[in-house]
Amino acid sequence: MINYINIFLSETYKILFLLLPVLTAVAMVVWLDRRVWAFVQKRRGPNVVGPFGLFQSLADALKYLFKEIIIPASANKIIFILAPIVTMTLALIAWAVIPFGENFVIADINVGILYLFAVSSLGVYGIIMGGWASNSKYPFLGSIRSAAQMVSYEVSIGVIIINVLLCVGSLNLTDIVLAQKDIWFIIPLFPMFVIFFISALAETNRPPFDLPEAEAELVAGYQTEYSGMMYAMFWLGEYANILLMCALGSLLFLGGWLSPIDAFPFNILPDFLWLILKMLFLFILFSLVKAIVPRYRYDQLMKLGWKIFLPFSLFWVVITASYLFYFNLLPVI
Amino acid sequence: MKISRFFKTIFLIDFLSGLIIAIKEIFKSKKTINYPFEKGKISPRFRGEHALRRYPNGEERCIACKLCEAVCPAQAITIESTERMDGSRKTTRYDIDMMKCIYCGLCEESCPVDAIVQGPNFEFSTETREELYYNKEKLLDNGDRWESILAANIKADNPYR
Repeated sequence: MINYINIFLSETYKILFLLLPVLTAVAMVVWLDRRVWAFVQKRRGPNVVGPFGLFQSLADALKYLFKEIIIPASANKIIFILAPIVTMTLALIAWAVIPFGENFVIADINVGILYLFAVSSLGVYGIIMGGWASNSKYPFLGSIRSAAQMVSYEVSIGVIIINVLLCVGSLNLTDIVLAQKDIWFIIPLFPMFVIFFISALAETNRPPFDLPEAEAELVAGYQTEYSGMMYAMFWLGEYANILLMCALGSLLFLGGWLSPIDAFPFNILPDFLWLILKMLFLFILFSLVKAIVPRYRYDQLMKLGWKIFLPFSLFWVVITASYLFYFNLLPVI
Repeated sequence: MKISRFFKTIFLIDFLSGLIIAIKEIFKSKKTINYPFEKGKISPRFRGEHALRRYPNGEERCIACKLCEAVCPAQAITIESTERMDGSRKTTRYDIDMMKCIYCGLCEESCPVDAIVQGPNFEFSTETREELYYNKEKLLDNGDRWESILAANIKADNPYR
């Protein structure tokens, strides 16, 4: 019994050690997103609360906490309340397998990438539940769009990941990073990185693919009926997912925690800092894209996903596999 | 044509040039100001909060001619007047309903003695409706508070009237 409690406590400690920085990072990243967006448009962005407005997200969270939670009379109460919880939980449990350094990971499971992929696929349930349980037209349309969109782009992300896995020969994220010691996969698989980035935008409902919450047509999509802390949980889940995609992108293509050159000025930084820097780089790219692109039309979105990305990434799988096979470079398992 | 467009699409040329412009814009000077801490410049003709002015000797300028009341398109102004002991006509009541007012500036234009003017103040929001029913004391008080700026503005705008 005592043994069990000890394990439970140490695991809880480990989880909190990861979760608190992640949640803080999510809050900071929302600020960064708004700031970058404002800067591109020559505005100042939030700069009043705290130094450079860094505490803006905390102030917002406090505001959401004190707001009344309104549940529509016609909504299915249980599912309506469950939806934001599901979204946020799924966005956070995926972080369990993200390695911040060698042996610096909560769950070093051998099918890490599969787990990540499964959890991010489940993420769509939160949105469908939220949209459907609201029992209102805009959330309903938003959630249908979102479901179709996330499912379509998950397919192409899956195929892109196969490319990386072909070069690594393991589903463990630590192994994937260590396989990039000589060369980051962004160099041999550059087209795949581009498609991964665009699919990640679609997967996390970011502009130009933010059709689920297209405010011009659908008010706020699946979030329309939500208020107060429940809305904030959707929003936390969304940004946690974005950060997760940035982490995945840096692990798969940008060499994770490895420094670009394993030489003096670069390798004095601790491992996790390199991963964070790479995630930040990808995130700033995410926000820049948000600032410069117009929203896609729905049929264009579907066409891009199914008619261009899927065939192209499948084709690239064939090329990668043939190349590795022909030059006898296939990893030994 | 078609081939160039194809290459433009697959190499994301338009997207990348947009990205470069966006990155350039980040380092340019900002077009917005930190509003409550810094304020933008406003013209002498700015039509903000109303004020009733006085002559330098403290006498009210308003002669109760009711031209402003007549010209007001929103009928926001209510004036009542009486004859004072010295024979001059003065207002006993001068009310402006600031919620009806559309800030068109016609009252200021119509006034023959520059008594009712619209000053540079635009930050007079209140928490209750009642506070926006301005009466004569409030308007005269405004006039006293903003007099130096009001006089300067009228002088600056004079050549164009």
